[in-house]
Amino acid sequence: MLITQLKDREIIESLICGKAFVINCHGCKEVFFDEKGANELQKELMEAGKLTGILTTDYICNPENMKLRLERYAKQIEEADTVLVFSCGVGVQTVSEYLADKRVCAACDTFALPGYQGVTPLEYDCDQCGECYLNLTGGICPITACSKSLVNGQCGGAKDGKCEVNHDMECGWERIQRRLAQVGRLDVLKKCPVQVRNYATYKDINKE
Amino acid sequence: MRISELFERGEFVITAEVGPPKGTNIDKVIEEAKEYLSGIHAVNVTDNQSSVMRMSSLPVCIALKQAGLNPILQMTCRDRNRMAIEGDLLGAACFGIDNVLALTGDHPTLGDHPTAKPVFDLDSVSLLHCMCQLESGKDLGGNDLVGDFPKFAKGAVVSPCSDSVDAQLAKMERKIMAGCEFFQTQAVYDTDKFLSFMEKAKQFGKPIQLGIVIPKNAGMCRYMNKNVAGISIPDSIIDELAADKEKAKSGETGVAIAARIIRECKDAVQGLHIMAMGWESKVPGLLEQAGLK
Ligand code: SF4
Ligand code: SF4
Repeated sequence: MLITQLKDREIIESLICGKAFVINCHGCKEVFFDEKGANELQKELMEAGKLTGILTTDYICNPENMKLRLERYAKQIEEADTVLVFSCGVGVQTVSEYLADKRVCAACDTFALPGYQGVTPLEYDCDQCGECYLNLTGGICPITACSKSLVNGQCGGAKDGKCEVNHDMECGWERIQRRLAQVGRLDVLKKCPVQVRNYATYKDINKE
Repeated sequence: MRISELFERGEFVITAEVGPPKGTNIDKVIEEAKEYLSGIHAVNVTDNQSSVMRMSSLPVCIALKQAGLNPILQMTCRDRNRMAIEGDLLGAACFGIDNVLALTGDHPTLGDHPTAKPVFDLDSVSLLHCMCQLESGKDLGGNDLVGDFPKFAKGAVVSPCSDSVDAQLAKMERKIMAGCEFFQTQAVYDTDKFLSFMEKAKQFGKPIQLGIVIPKNAGMCRYMNKNVAGISIPDSIIDELAADKEKAKSGETGVAIAARIIRECKDAVQGLHIMAMGWESKVPGLLEQAGLK
């Protein structure tokens, strides 16, 4: 089971540059998602004129399915400067790969809970780290795409673009660097403060 | 003494590195350092380099300090979580070790304990940040330190001849943001590549020490080209080493090549870092040939 928890309101608002298109994923039963909180927030953003549209769908982690759903909203997506995805980390990664030239942002943090993890195709991986980094890394997960799960940039071990641990695997930070350059967001790495991971679990954080 | 102060004074800072033993006797490494490395500014002590288990860096630093040398503690994030790292940093400060080189560290699968748990709780950037926190009297948990706060010269590494130069420069900027005061580079053989990297890196205004590994023979060079990240040894150097096996073996050719690289690059850098890898005895001769002594 997993929890996709809304990021703080200020963070979500700061993610929207210009106008945003919202994608909600209500796919897996195993995911706890604050639908009510998300709806209220999106309603307010819509009323404030900050959104070009909202798509609520399921299984955006399935690329074929996601493409079919998104095609019908091509115009609203085109009009938006940011695509704000309310889903687990896998969903956000799938959308950012598909809309590789667009600013795709994660509006939720994904935490692990014990039990069945839901059905996702294996193309992208989310380790449910609880503080989704996808907004700093152009939608490529540094936890699963980097062999050391580094969150502050590339180590010195990449050779010919391949990871030091597995020469068949492209270095995750090489991919992140390329993606950020592609979407014109290299400054994110310069501006964002030093990241120190939080290993406390959802239960630990909410026990107060 | 903190080597950041030497850079501030405008000195050309020369350092070399030694590796702790895989055992309990440190007399040999201390004696060699005393004999060959006393004339330079500071001596790095590696931390389970290449993920091969050895004695920890800290006790060797303490012994070097007691022998009158100026140690630089290399600290990787592969084997310790943030609490162990902070504890070791406080211990280092307590013994007057005030130079620290922050490294992420190689993955355990590259070394002689491939089944060990990779830690990477911190990385080179957050380790630099951690040192700044300790200097300000707080630990990473936000708790107050008691008594005197440590003060370190905080260094890191950069790989100038890497094929991911942009990612390396981006990381370098993050290290500086996190408090890095000086850089040592990965071994340089391709001086054109290095000098064009320096053109880009000089905007950051931080001192950079040219990294040198004395090439031992053609086989070693081919191995490094194939397996070591950020290394590109031109064919001309490999041919030079292959030409006369005896001269290569005695170190004559390697030292001459290294001295030439240093002479070509020294005006672009603020110091030199020699990774002798067992050839500590050749360091004084190398410095002489490079015109630094
Ligand atoms: S950073 Fe990666 S592991 Fe963490 S929540 Fe996002 S997708 Fe999942
Ligand atoms: S080479 Fe790249 S993917 Fe591999 S550990 Fe280093 S930064 Fe991560």
